[in-house]
Amino acid sequence: MNLAIRDIRYHRGRFILTSIGLGLLLGVVMSMGGIYRGLFADALTILNITKADIWVVQQDTNGPFAENSRIPEDIKYRIKAAPGVTEASPLSFQTIQIDRMDKPLRFFLIGFDLNGFGGPPVILAGRNIRQKHYEMVVAKGMKMELGEKIRLGLHEYTVVGITGKVVSSSGDPAAYVGLADAQDIQFKKDNDAIRNDRERIGANLSGMQTLSPAQAKYLKQNIAGITESTHTVNTVVARLAPGANLHEVQERINRWNHFRPISVEEQTTILTKGMIEKARMQLGLFRIILLVISAVIISLIIYTSTLDKIKVIATLKLIGSRNRVIVGMILQQSLLMGIIAYGIGYILILLTYEKFPRRIVLESFDLQLLFAIVMAICMIASLVGIRKALKVEPAEALGG
Amino acid sequence: MANSMYAIEVEHLTKIYGKGETAVTAIADATFQVKPGELVAILGPSGSGKTTLLTAIGLINEPTHGKVIIADAMVADEGWVSGIDLKRLRREKLGFIFQAHNLIPFLTALENVMIALEINQLSSREAKRRATELLISLNLGHRLNNYPSALSGGEAQRVAIARALANRPKVILADEPTAALDTENGKNVMDLLKKLAVENHSAILVVTHDRRMVEGFDRIFEVLDGRIAS
Repeated sequence: MNLAIRDIRYHRGRFILTSIGLGLLLGVVMSMGGIYRGLFADALTILNITKADIWVVQQDTNGPFAENSRIPEDIKYRIKAAPGVTEASPLSFQTIQIDRMDKPLRFFLIGFDLNGFGGPPVILAGRNIRQKHYEMVVAKGMKMELGEKIRLGLHEYTVVGITGKVVSSSGDPAAYVGLADAQDIQFKKDNDAIRNDRERIGANLSGMQTLSPAQAKYLKQNIAGITESTHTVNTVVARLAPGANLHEVQERINRWNHFRPISVEEQTTILTKGMIEKARMQLGLFRIILLVISAVIISLIIYTSTLDKIKVIATLKLIGSRNRVIVGMILQQSLLMGIIAYGIGYILILLTYEKFPRRIVLESFDLQLLFAIVMAICMIASLVGIRKALKVEPAEALGG
Repeated sequence: MANSMYAIEVEHLTKIYGKGETAVTAIADATFQVKPGELVAILGPSGSGKTTLLTAIGLINEPTHGKVIIADAMVADEGWVSGIDLKRLRREKLGFIFQAHNLIPFLTALENVMIALEINQLSSREAKRRATELLISLNLGHRLNNYPSALSGGEAQRVAIARALANRPKVILADEPTAALDTENGKNVMDLLKKLAVENHSAILVVTHDRRMVEGFDRIFEVLDGRIAS
């Protein structure tokens, strides 16, 4: 006869409620694990979908995701001409926050060369960008409709396509525009600033006695053209030919000065170890704290449940029951509570993980590990109750 | 050991709690025997030592001095006999009836009797058959699947008696079995014990403070300040 099952059957209301409470707690632990893995997935999304072998960024910087990197767009031609490189494409990144329907809309704007790569990985609805200007493709996470218009910088952009779940390393959904548009949005000055710059340059040149008025006018036009140029990008991504040596290509680009070629492996390290490390540690710590809380709660539940059964345990001992029957009853109840709570937590997460604002990635290894930890916690927690039960004297069954 | 004619033999049993100046003698030099089928009452006021006597015979409370022999097995001789398996002896040779019925609240009447049999290594099927028979014989056939909370006091005590009888013990020890019952139910329980002593040929030792309940017992011992007076 299984005493644990019979006790649970009799006190099923209390047991179910306790298991639900514990299940909610374990659900939070699971979601923390999912967010922990989601941080990884988010951080590496753009890196993975770009499918580049090398990310060329500004020298002495850690690339476009970790810090500010600005390099001239034209370097793409030189990179493409390097031995071993088959394709090179400039990309521009910036985080933008605008108001949409009286609510803040934050997203990660990616500018890509329409003739290169690094654009939307898939089109779920509508089409890809065809015109050079004022069209955009947005991630479905932005919840925008096809044909919707938003103002970015000096112009209005029309949503022509919806792409999949593309997010930045901080979890913001991504939007794609043509490179020229992205450069305009990021670097183009407004008219007042342009007029002021031109006047400042003109004033400086007019003070130079050695220049004729015609020379000064010519120089003013060209210098102003340089200051107004938006042909700057945050990175140029490159793909290598099959069999090409990555290190040789990196060494070659390094020798040019002003640029840093980062391999995918290095970029992964920058993204995971540098940018999201603290968030990961924070989540890891929360998980540990929640597991400790779970252990304390299970211990308390098992202990109070054992206290409730002191007379039962004493009676069992008095009628000659072996200790293993009593230990088995407590241990099985603890494990059953853990299994049911885990199941409730798992179902809860399965039903809700897509509704979380950040990506939740449930990996079977993590879930199995958590299950093993929960079982271990239940076993350890039951020791408190078992210790108490083994100390109960059969004589306690006597009396009123 | 040769077969004795007694189910319980107690010789010079003494139980002392504490040591030195704080020592309290709960039972002093008790000697008596109980035959199989005999119904014996131990009467005495609260604190007289009657429960201590019962627990010493019930292998719960180690005697300080003296001998205890239960169904031919020497269990105590100046303390427990070394290497003795008290739990096994309690399982096989003793049956207990308590003041409060002490039924396990999350087991049905049938399961409460079955547990005593299963603890004694009986198969679940056989345990169920025997427990059912026993409960039917005690007029509880209609209560097999009821939890203790749904039973009346008298019914619950009869289930407890069935549990005590389940392993056909040589000795049944009852600690104030009628204390939680009204007079009529109390008398019914005592009548049942008398009947079982004869039918099962078990020695039944009943501790009680209620003189009205021990009419028709074979022998009555009175305990006063730890000493058996008669």
